[in-house]
Amino acid sequence: MTKFTYTEKKDTRSGFGAGLTELGRTNPDVVALCADLVGSLKMQEFIKENPERFFQIGIAEANMMGIAAGMTIGGKIPFTGTFANFSTGRVYDQIRQSIAYSEKNVKICASHAGLTLGEDGATHQILEDIGMMKMLPNMVVINPCDYNQTKAATIAIADHHGPVYLRFGRPSVPIFTPADQKFEIGKAIKMIEGSDVTIFATGHLVWEAIEAEAALAEQGISAEVINIHTIKPLDTEAILASVAKTGCVVTAEEHQMNGGLGDSVAQTLAMNHPAPLEMVAVNDSFGESGKPAELMTKYGIDAANIVKAAQKVIGRK
Amino acid sequence: MSKPTTAELERIASQVRRDIVRMVHAVNSGHPGGSLGCTDFLVALYFHVMNRNDGFDMDGRGEDIFFLSNGHISPVWYSVLARAGYFEVSELATFRKINSRLQGHPATEEGLEGIRVASGSLGQGLSVACGAAQAKKLNGDDSLIFALMGDGELEEGQVWEAAMYASHCKVDNLIATVDYNGQQIDGPTDEVMSLGDLKAKFEAFGWTVIESNGNDMASVVASLEEAKALTGQGKPILNLMTTAMGYGVDFMVGTHKWHGVAPNDEQLADALGQLEETLGDY
Repeated sequence: MTKFTYTEKKDTRSGFGAGLTELGRTNPDVVALCADLVGSLKMQEFIKENPERFFQIGIAEANMMGIAAGMTIGGKIPFTGTFANFSTGRVYDQIRQSIAYSEKNVKICASHAGLTLGEDGATHQILEDIGMMKMLPNMVVINPCDYNQTKAATIAIADHHGPVYLRFGRPSVPIFTPADQKFEIGKAIKMIEGSDVTIFATGHLVWEAIEAEAALAEQGISAEVINIHTIKPLDTEAILASVAKTGCVVTAEEHQMNGGLGDSVAQTLAMNHPAPLEMVAVNDSFGESGKPAELMTKYGIDAANIVKAAQKVIGRK
Repeated sequence: MSKPTTAELERIASQVRRDIVRMVHAVNSGHPGGSLGCTDFLVALYFHVMNRNDGFDMDGRGEDIFFLSNGHISPVWYSVLARAGYFEVSELATFRKINSRLQGHPATEEGLEGIRVASGSLGQGLSVACGAAQAKKLNGDDSLIFALMGDGELEEGQVWEAAMYASHCKVDNLIATVDYNGQQIDGPTDEVMSLGDLKAKFEAFGWTVIESNGNDMASVVASLEEAKALTGQGKPILNLMTTAMGYGVDFMVGTHKWHGVAPNDEQLADALGQLEETLGDY
């Protein structure tokens, strides 16, 4: 079985920047918009190579969503860039009416999602964005796990016609997926095969799940790890096939328990194949300032908490 | 094909006003006041001012494009689109009914020809229009973008974000019109939220502003032609168009009370008595 290791750490937002740069070279319809966060979103290379296809909007995110919607009329494929907080909650109605309901081909690219934004604190640490975006009809929701997958996802969404929410983060995290792995929207990736429990993880929590699997293996527990990079549309087939084998589930995400991946998995199981489930997620709380790793531990969303959840859920079988 | 005369445009407007009151009466809901006030503008735009291609294409390349930001005046837009040939006039009878493409507020979901973005939640249309205008520039397409906003809508902050942006980015292929009727749902704008000196405000934001009378067909056409002549000079154009809400139906004129209320049977008969049937009712 594949053992996941890493030799390099990098932020997923740099994967977005690299993907956008590649799109700039290969797809003349791609345009980029940013609300005064060019450096944070790693858009500099795209801007340098395609100044005429970059639009600085200033600190006006609502306007940015409307402009992006308008640019699709004429065949452009706009990629908007700002923090996840300002990409969703701040502009929910603009996305709802001008993009989702209007079926516009806008890619909402959101960095600094979740607790791992770190020291800036709860005002910027959005933990509700997946829930808000997955509720919108027509919206695809993607949360890749590392630099390589974020780059691949960025490139892949340009070929999907319709609105997409692409969520990524600020901190450097292990690069453990192959650079040449094709990104298929809505297709879960089985990372580790197992038989006692399935861990469905998304985003930064995929690496935590891989570490948890190793710890569980030492205890004689065989965990299956599946990377749910696309929360909507959810790969229900892969979820049900795995749970049919293992009989219990842990979900893991850097998001509120309400409205996140765990919710979606629970709904799928309840309607098709009820099974014990534990959620590793933030439990109805805002975050706070601190280092990413400290916050992950304090709010219960690291590898150790996945191990505990796995032990608990196996006991409920 | 030669452009219609003012008299011909007025005849179309009369029919559109009949359509509006009949549509809202049929479902006892909708927004007749702003629709009637903007009828002359939309008729002038579609039948005289805009360069339009045959048929409907979402991307609208090589043709002028219109966005309605104050989507609640959908009755006038639907009527004008149907009378301009985008879809069958008979479809107006489905307005606001179940399974209709003519939603209470404009929508794209069922592919209604002529609609490019949903509107109704206010304040968003100017941003969309800016984006479409910039896409035209990227495509080397020198046709124009037109947008209409309500005056009450200017209370939404996003409008001013877009106003600042359009000027900064020199979006000079954009002509935005404000339906300056001084009314909103809860009363006169002066009482609900004073708009102040709109001409000075838009000028301060870097726009070229013209003022016009929106209920005189010759003046509407002339002002829009003037606005067109001002495009391409590095500044977005704002047409501050004074209208009377409910114009064309005497008992509806100039009051917010007919913003979102439909006429009853008697009132409908009264209204239709004031509006000549020129093109045949749907």
